[in-house]
Amino acid sequence: MNENAPIRPANVQPVQSIGAPMPMVDGPEKVSGKALYAADFVEKDALVGRILRSPYAHANILSIDTSAAEALPGVEAVVTGMDFVGQFGVLPIARNEWPIARDRVRYRGEAVAAVAAIDVATAQKALDLIEVVYEELPACFTAEDAVAEGVTPLHEKRPNNVERHVEYDLGEVDKGFEEADLVREDTYDCAEVCQVQTEPHAAIAEYDAVRDRLTVKPSTQVPYYVHLMLEQTLGMPKSKIRVIKPHIGGGFGCRTEALHFEFIAGALARKACGTVSIVASREETFITHRGRPEQKTTMKIGLTKDGRITAVEATTTQRGGAYAGYGTVTILYSGSMIFALYDIQNARYNGYRVLTNTPPCGAFRGHGTVNVRFAFESLLDEMARELGLDPIEVRRKNLLKAPTFTVNDLMVNSYGLPECLDIVEKASGWKERRGKLGPLKGMGMACSHYVSGASKPVNWTGEPHATINIKLDFDGCLTILTGAPEIGQGSSTILTQCVAEVLGIDMGRIRIVAGDSAITPKDNGAYSSRVTYMVGNAAIDAATNLKAILTEAAARKLDVDPGDVECLGELYRAGTQDQGLTFDEVVMAALEGTGTITARGNFDTIPESWGGDKYRGAAIGGTMAFSYAAQVVEIEIDPDTADIHVKKVWVAHDCGKALNPLTVEGQIEGSVWMGMGQAMMEETRFHNGLGISNSMLDYRVPTIVESPPIEAHIVESNDPHGPFGAKEAGEASLAGFLPALTNAIADALDIRVTELPITQDRLAELIDKKAREAGKKEKADA
Amino acid sequence: MAKTLVSMTLNGRVRDDAVPDNMLLVDFLREVAGLTGTKIGCDGGECGCCTVLVDDKPRHACLTLAAACNGKSVETVESLEKSGRLSALQKGFHEKLGAQCGFCTPGMIMAAEGLLRDNPTPTETDIRRGMAANICRCTGYVKIIESVQAAAAELSETGSAA
Repeated sequence: MNENAPIRPANVQPVQSIGAPMPMVDGPEKVSGKALYAADFVEKDALVGRILRSPYAHANILSIDTSAAEALPGVEAVVTGMDFVGQFGVLPIARNEWPIARDRVRYRGEAVAAVAAIDVATAQKALDLIEVVYEELPACFTAEDAVAEGVTPLHEKRPNNVERHVEYDLGEVDKGFEEADLVREDTYDCAEVCQVQTEPHAAIAEYDAVRDRLTVKPSTQVPYYVHLMLEQTLGMPKSKIRVIKPHIGGGFGCRTEALHFEFIAGALARKACGTVSIVASREETFITHRGRPEQKTTMKIGLTKDGRITAVEATTTQRGGAYAGYGTVTILYSGSMIFALYDIQNARYNGYRVLTNTPPCGAFRGHGTVNVRFAFESLLDEMARELGLDPIEVRRKNLLKAPTFTVNDLMVNSYGLPECLDIVEKASGWKERRGKLGPLKGMGMACSHYVSGASKPVNWTGEPHATINIKLDFDGCLTILTGAPEIGQGSSTILTQCVAEVLGIDMGRIRIVAGDSAITPKDNGAYSSRVTYMVGNAAIDAATNLKAILTEAAARKLDVDPGDVECLGELYRAGTQDQGLTFDEVVMAALEGTGTITARGNFDTIPESWGGDKYRGAAIGGTMAFSYAAQVVEIEIDPDTADIHVKKVWVAHDCGKALNPLTVEGQIEGSVWMGMGQAMMEETRFHNGLGISNSMLDYRVPTIVESPPIEAHIVESNDPHGPFGAKEAGEASLAGFLPALTNAIADALDIRVTELPITQDRLAELIDKKAREAGKKEKADA
Repeated sequence: MAKTLVSMTLNGRVRDDAVPDNMLLVDFLREVAGLTGTKIGCDGGECGCCTVLVDDKPRHACLTLAAACNGKSVETVESLEKSGRLSALQKGFHEKLGAQCGFCTPGMIMAAEGLLRDNPTPTETDIRRGMAANICRCTGYVKIIESVQAAAAELSETGSAA
């Protein structure tokens, strides 16, 4: 559409942008190689930053001598922990991590010093010249070891190495178990897994010594959080800091907290009075992974013989690594999210987040919910088998009746789970095909859910949850200014669609600037699936405010009442007989007297969504809306190699309203697939604290060869508070894959898998064990 | 480090550079030629993000010495856009959402480019085999396969090569 040609009317209609498949607004840059990621800023005079890392898992640092490194020609700066003035961390009460260790290292690979030099070789040589004297301390690498008697605590404030114990006892749990016809308990182990986003961590920092200003471009999901932590760790006024978010090569949670590259690059740049680029190796990216912790969960469920859940009890322990990070939030999510999927009236929970001498874990896609969901859905399936019930029917017996509040005060307004179940049951041919696939073949199913943004922010400041500005000027181009980080999930596309839809204009009229603290409004970041819901609502609010300004201007020009102005996107008119004003004419009318227009939009959560206070930390889990998913997995097992071939996955995800069905499908497929990686092969491994899987060959993720067809179905439950009814689309479908797979294995082999990943080796052992036991039984019977 | 005079055709243009003998092609492309479309996602040969074409064949630029490309033709993702038009593969990856975060995309597209030059009408199995060395962490590969299929279909309709 030619923006400048006056459109003289009759058939002008508002353009619809919501609900149609839309390629991403930044797609052309990505497919042409023009998109710049943090490592792509190849500045001529940039120095190379390199980090020296601890060879010990637990040790006191007695001394660090950097004099030889500093004297090496070509070295411009050397920093240690003493170059920082503050610690960082997610929760204000648990900021216990220095960007570079000061007097003690707590995991192998923790930073102990860093250098900036003219090239890689010089930087590497300088690292070799730094002399560190350590006094080794006893270290613990498992949660069990960490809480044993007499163990050296990692942090003085946590003498028993428990970072956080969460407990609740809601409803009448014991009575619930008494009322059950069947009570079963089992223990489930999940290995630690890592996000392995394709872009390794990187940050480039530029220090302007004349003005004492620092500009950092970090690979992050939370640029404003990085900004605040730069202030705290470097002791610089935040007004002197600028954080620009470049293109980001995926996150999946590993970048929802500030790491340490950003701070170290900043400290080096300031000391060297120049520009420093730190690009992490893949090994360093693994060390700084903030992945999903190793977790052991004992789950107990009571069921009536027709499949109704009477009580649940869960005890779970996470190996959290050496620092707090997101840990407290993770162990809280593991407990709170037992609710809000099914109607559960009685539940007891004990969760332990344990500190160990391994790299810190963090928030991985499906934060806190995945491993407990695996335990729950596995046990429910096993009990359904024992009672001779159809697993889908058991879920149907326990559906919530929305709108409602759960026993732990979580608000559930829209609930598309029943439809999700219907769809995957039908699409997979569940009723007709299950049990008739033949030997070594099986089908399994499971459900899962996730929040659409945490309703209570971690750092409460009184600001709205989300703010958007739209700038409109003489050129008739709208520029959306948002702090919401586009990290590949498509948030910039969704926000553009929201604004275009409200104004009825083509998306081509809109540009978006995302994540530059000098230009865009502050935003909490891309985590807990908050952006579409919260920032989307703020975008609608801003566009609505802008539309009111334009409508009033049109009314003035047309000399009519604003209520009589009809907005058709590219044309504003008063009645069908009116010639009307083109969008550009309305813009010029609106600029009269005011000049450039900035329309603001906000979003705030409602107090009913804040979760309750029935136990300490009960606000975690509180959200404006839950998304829901159900999936069926079909497999075939090779009896000789124990190879599990996932033949197909059928998944249905209730995302409220698919603002962009193309990107929603992409998110669902990606989630299911990532669940498959965790279920079948992914596992970080350590030998005495040394990571031995810190490459993409040793830490296997699924390739295109073994990835199954995924049939994604969208369910639209129209959330009353969501932007155009939308809610979360990118996390809920992950957790369901794990139990759906192991439930399919149970269906195929009559073997219950309780330890993930279920690699070929592990499954082969289970098959052998079953054969041995069957052999013994045969002998005994004979 | 000793240097060798390397004459290569990079994205259609012949250039001569004195290149250190130990310089990797990927570092040459990014730091010397300024072509940062080619990405580094791992510590060597694991992820496929740096895939480029050397004499029409997909190669890991992180496992190839720049000096070994003397007399050869090297093509990166930057070469595909012609006269302001996205190539069929670029269009496919854009429109079918074969790219989410976009970091694996340049390597993914170059691997597909190599595949389609060799086999313009690949089956789904051919696509899976041809792209087996490239890791994507966003898509689950479903839409990557669709992107390549869309490009192959468009190319066979227009009768042009990839």
